[in-house]
Amino acid sequence: MTKLLLLMLEGTFTSLRIFFLTLLFSLPLGLLVAKGRMSRHRIISSLVNGYIMIMRGTPLILQLIFVYFAPYYILGASTDRFTAVIIAYVINYAAYFAEIYRGGIQSIPQGQLEASSVLGFTKIHTFSHVVMPQVVKRIIPAMGNEVITLVKDTALAQTIGVAELFRVAQNAAAREFSTMPIFIAGVFYFVMNAIVSKSFDLIERKLNYYR
Amino acid sequence: MSIITVKQVKKKFSTLEVLKEISFSLEEGEVLSIIGPSGSGKSTLLRCITNLETIDSGTIVIGGDTLVETNNQGTTIYADKATISRIRLRVGLVFQNFNLFPHFSVLRNITEAPRHVLNTPKKEATEQAYTLLEKMGLADKASAYPYQLSGGQQQRVSIARALALHPQVLCFDEPTSALDPELTGEILEVIKELANEQMTMMVVTHEMAFARDISDRVIFMDDGLIVEAGSPDQVLVNPKNERTKRFLSRFGS
Repeated sequence: MTKLLLLMLEGTFTSLRIFFLTLLFSLPLGLLVAKGRMSRHRIISSLVNGYIMIMRGTPLILQLIFVYFAPYYILGASTDRFTAVIIAYVINYAAYFAEIYRGGIQSIPQGQLEASSVLGFTKIHTFSHVVMPQVVKRIIPAMGNEVITLVKDTALAQTIGVAELFRVAQNAAAREFSTMPIFIAGVFYFVMNAIVSKSFDLIERKLNYYR
Repeated sequence: MSIITVKQVKKKFSTLEVLKEISFSLEEGEVLSIIGPSGSGKSTLLRCITNLETIDSGTIVIGGDTLVETNNQGTTIYADKATISRIRLRVGLVFQNFNLFPHFSVLRNITEAPRHVLNTPKKEATEQAYTLLEKMGLADKASAYPYQLSGGQQQRVSIARALALHPQVLCFDEPTSALDPELTGEILEVIKELANEQMTMMVVTHEMAFARDISDRVIFMDDGLIVEAGSPDQVLVNPKNERTKRFLSRFGS
């Protein structure tokens, strides 16, 4: 049993690495994508829109397989599995985050921008000090949803052979002719998401100082 | 000397002509009220002067610098970015719905622009903000957030915010229209006080009694045109134009 738990902790560590690396890159990338989607240049905005449509319109598992195998067929060389997972997750999640950011940015009243303009703020100052802080507050609930989904989506990484938590549990289940490890994995995911939920609650409460 | 000179300004929203050849000037220390029915273009005029809207043709000169002009060839050219930012700081604007920054405290709402636009040191900006708040009767509200204030208090903060940049002209876009009558009075008092201090102001308002009280000059606008202009007595008490008479009769003043 201890051995099983140790194995599963190791798998959890891989899952967490996927989780944090995906957030690290997709959160800023999503903002860039949102900016592109809202661009006044038709070509940029429709290209970005196409990207978002594909990312949201096809299964993540398929994108994962594509990112891992496409370079092999096209260039004859493949990336390492873990890197492929991160790339696939980052471009997928950036698309979802982008739409959340866009909703948040567009919900900021025009008057806030006009006040900033009349007060002589630069565009950068307006975006970073007036718009974004208010966007963050507004998108917290939607972001919480996505981040929780990401925790569970890390289980898909096994598709291309990355030994994350769920893969480890399945292997153990097959070895021991028991479904127990899978239910233990379930508890692991639940605990991770309880922490995520709690963190989002905390952030939300912290941002409650204004309305 | 005129602080603001507006000559033959025209502005269209697609096919709708909002401003049809507007010309007027604002002298230093003068209080000018602009009255007129909704959709007459008075707010748009303020927004063009504060560069929130661009004009299609005409000339706007503010504090001796040309913001925009139409040359002899008929092309309308705006000043370069640096000049625009310089001119912009000469004109403050107080909005109908305050537009305070909800995530900043009252104090930071007032200090943000001096600190980041004028590069005023923090201590100085803070001291100035307290002086302004004192003047607005809100000294105890410095650390409050806008949602904790009444509409009238919010509007006074937004006046303080505009004054913190030391504008040469302060424009008001229907400053009391979002307030209930009880709170209207406190804002009008503040504006009156500023008028007594010789602050140059342009006030778009529906408060006729107030306009008569504080203005040196009143402009009546309708359908994108200045229909009548003159002293408050001329325009508000003895209007010559039929359109002005009809408009004023609804206010029973």
